[in-house]
Amino acid sequence: MSAGAGALEAVIGLEVHIQLRTERKLFCGDSTRFGDAPNTNVCPVCLGLPGALPTMNGHAVTLAVRAALAFDCEVHETSVFARKNYFYPDLPKGYQISQFEQPLATTGQFRVRLPDGEKVVRVRRMHMEEDAGKSLHDRVPGGTAVDLNRAGTPLVEMVSEPDLRTPEEARAYLQQVKQILEYLDVSDCNMEEGSLRVDANVSVRPVGSQALGTKTELKNMNSFSGVEKAIAAEVRRQSEIVAGGGRVEHITLLWDDARGEVRPMRSKEESHDYRYFPEPDLPPLVIPVAEIEAARGELPELPHTRRERFGREYALPTYDAEVLTSTRGLADYFEAVARAADDPKQASNWVMGPLLAALKERGIEVGSSVAPAALAELIALVRDATISQNVGKEVLRKMLDSGRSAKEIVEEEGLAQVRDAGQLEGWVDAVLAAHADEVARFRTGEKKLQGFFMGEVMKSSRGKADPGEVARLLARKLAP
Amino acid sequence: MSESPGVREIVGAVGTAGGDPLRFANAALDRARRAESEDTPLHAFLALADSAAMGGGAATGDDLDGGGRSGKGGPKGPPLLAGVPVAVKDNLCAFDFPTTCASRILEGYVSPYEATVVRRLRSAGGVIVGKTNMDEFAMGSSTENSGFGPTRNPRDRSRVPGGSSGGSAAAVAAGIVPCALGSDTGGSVRQPASLCGVVGIKPTYGRVSRYGLVAYASSLDQVGTIGRTVEDAALLLQAIAGHDPRDATSAPLPVPDFLGARGRGVRGLTVGLPREYFAKELDPAVQRLCREALGRLEEAGAVVREVSLPHTKFAVPAYYILAPAEASSNLARFDGVRYGSRAPGADSARAVYEETRTRGFGAEVVRRIMLGTFALSAGYYEAYYGRAQRVRSLVASDFGRVWAEGVDLLFTPTSPTPAFPLGERTDDPVSMYLSDIFTVTANLAGIPGLSLPVGAVDGLPVGGQFLAPMWEEPKMIGAALALESLLEEAR
Ligand SMILES: [Zn+2]
Repeated sequence: MSAGAGALEAVIGLEVHIQLRTERKLFCGDSTRFGDAPNTNVCPVCLGLPGALPTMNGHAVTLAVRAALAFDCEVHETSVFARKNYFYPDLPKGYQISQFEQPLATTGQFRVRLPDGEKVVRVRRMHMEEDAGKSLHDRVPGGTAVDLNRAGTPLVEMVSEPDLRTPEEARAYLQQVKQILEYLDVSDCNMEEGSLRVDANVSVRPVGSQALGTKTELKNMNSFSGVEKAIAAEVRRQSEIVAGGGRVEHITLLWDDARGEVRPMRSKEESHDYRYFPEPDLPPLVIPVAEIEAARGELPELPHTRRERFGREYALPTYDAEVLTSTRGLADYFEAVARAADDPKQASNWVMGPLLAALKERGIEVGSSVAPAALAELIALVRDATISQNVGKEVLRKMLDSGRSAKEIVEEEGLAQVRDAGQLEGWVDAVLAAHADEVARFRTGEKKLQGFFMGEVMKSSRGKADPGEVARLLARKLAP
Repeated sequence: MSESPGVREIVGAVGTAGGDPLRFANAALDRARRAESEDTPLHAFLALADSAAMGGGAATGDDLDGGGRSGKGGPKGPPLLAGVPVAVKDNLCAFDFPTTCASRILEGYVSPYEATVVRRLRSAGGVIVGKTNMDEFAMGSSTENSGFGPTRNPRDRSRVPGGSSGGSAAAVAAGIVPCALGSDTGGSVRQPASLCGVVGIKPTYGRVSRYGLVAYASSLDQVGTIGRTVEDAALLLQAIAGHDPRDATSAPLPVPDFLGARGRGVRGLTVGLPREYFAKELDPAVQRLCREALGRLEEAGAVVREVSLPHTKFAVPAYYILAPAEASSNLARFDGVRYGSRAPGADSARAVYEETRTRGFGAEVVRRIMLGTFALSAGYYEAYYGRAQRVRSLVASDFGRVWAEGVDLLFTPTSPTPAFPLGERTDDPVSMYLSDIFTVTANLAGIPGLSLPVGAVDGLPVGGQFLAPMWEEPKMIGAALALESLLEEAR
């Protein structure tokens, strides 16, 4: 058998559930706040009490349309809600209101950046639906408790075509979907709180084949690395079955992150017939074309466009542009600093370097750090040599910790660079006097000691000495 | 004890004379208790107010968010229903009473909120005296399917009052209250009104809020009113109609004066006689009385014209696919998890559902859930549900064509027979389903219908039905008022 004759490739499609960032639920006025005491944000509608009826939250529609347009989907003027019927204790009405035959949007596409280029992944559909509640299995001994705070929370489900081929591609797709959703401000995409959930459909087939193998559904992946690992494990599992001459069964699998393995949830024989039919309590959702076009016009600049513009407009290297556009918050922050400091390259250096490092140390977001104007002021102090680069980094940390401005810190702590000839000469002379040996070695040709003297002078001046002036003085005084 | 006075009489007395505004309601309660304590109890009510509680739920109207509806009788007058005792079908959520839908599965359930129509009723000054018996979850045509025992027809207690709003129709026909709320999914207001000899109105779909009406088949359900006279039924409708933001299918239209066409008569009105509703199989007495009523209309200046609604014969089969399909989904929430009764000792989620539902639902409800589940299941959806939906639009287009031909209203029998004896059809679902043959078309098309008495055979009332284009209730009520007085004169 020649190498690769039996080679298999994976075929992967992702279903991403996105919780829309609304204050109210999809069909009632209850709050969507996460973490409130169980069953406090509930009403007759989301409890499914007899006689209660759903009404639409228009803001959820606005957000869903925005998301659909960002992924280049065709948003339909008329979409229809349907009932997906099944019994589950956390599903109060016995059905979920979702969209089925006529979804909000279809046929989109999305350019995913990969290490070796770009790949277009087609988006099959995006539809709106309500979330179910939560079954809590650890609250009541021997029983299950139900929290319906989440019931009725608005979701968009984004279904890709099976265009992904590797776990790494799936991860990149998901990360970039999340990035775009954050840019759009349609979701907070918090995977831990469940506002971004993903299921994967995975199958394998011989390389070169166009037919699709039997797929399995993979659920319960709640981190990017979980998605990648789970899909890799499932591809391995299916490949082994196929290589052994077996057949893959159509089942639903749960990813066990702790054990790093997939295990079956239910077999196809038990799978549901959801008995979809149009939701008679809601008229079709009609969005006038003019509104769709207006929403398109109001789309924020998306990451890839912004990345290209940063390269062009600010002459930033690709790497800088990529880091700075990784989140909308960071990109907005950078642009504000660049404008205030009137120096994009310095703004980029400071934001990407010292600022991100300091934020990481403190575990805070860029939005809650120093104001862009304050950082611009610091950059100006460094640029006009009032303080050195290194003192600047220290000042930044103090700004973050105290909330004081760079000027205040420099003044109050006497950190301004010293250029007074007398004072500089004093520090230089003291260093040279204390290191007569090194002076002698320097003069016999050990020129690299220049740096040592420089360092000593800076140390004794607590970083305040103007390095240029010090260098000139050293050169003069060390001259033979 | 005498019968309840009419709505206007009560409102007038309460508004001018002062005194106890609840005296009419208390008198209604006395009559209701008496009717229940007789040798053959009427069993029109599942719950009665104790007089002390009656004022308790009275709304002030401040939280009402309706359209052009007015709860007031006018700038100076008392509210539209001041002091009027009203009976409310038990599938409408109301404070101070259980809401059981006549089902064991909801026995003792008290809703924590009120139906919009109940709030509006209260804010118009109406007093709810009790919740009326019905076919379980409004599924039936005789009120024999109640989980708590059947209601009897006050005209002949060996016979059914019709269904599913049989309790409401019986309470009005027995003179306990001048008017009552019902719900009409396939004729459940008009058919019992016909069998009990009172007036029933099913408004246009979307005219009245369904918020707080426990759903049977959402796309067909509409709250309707029953009165001893056309006027009483219309006044009650006036109080409850109007847009409700809590019901997405409620129409954002102003509410007309439903009695605005009073006194206009029927001169110049074109009344259609649909030949499919007057088939030769029709009970001859019903046929004769309806044709006589049409004769009166003609004498009074209406033009009567025979028309054809060719898809009528498919309406009942389509209805008995669509309504159970929706019902199978609407009734899924009765699962024993959150409210109502739960089977004791069930040891898994699945067992909770199965045992609760097996014990809680009656035979007819189970039959329709099974039918509906089958009609929606993956392999059969197109053959049943999809096809029934197409029939539905054909039925609606039949009506549309007739209106376009210049017909103002249609007149038909309401029920193919007068009230039948208790137990006669309980073992034969299909014959029971045919009781709705003249009424389901209005629900499928969303148009309004009104049934009023046109006479009696052997003491058993016979009803005739006006059908009107959507939103044309004033025209329909105007014609019914005219026919009512023509028939009165002829007696
Ligand atoms: Zn709610």
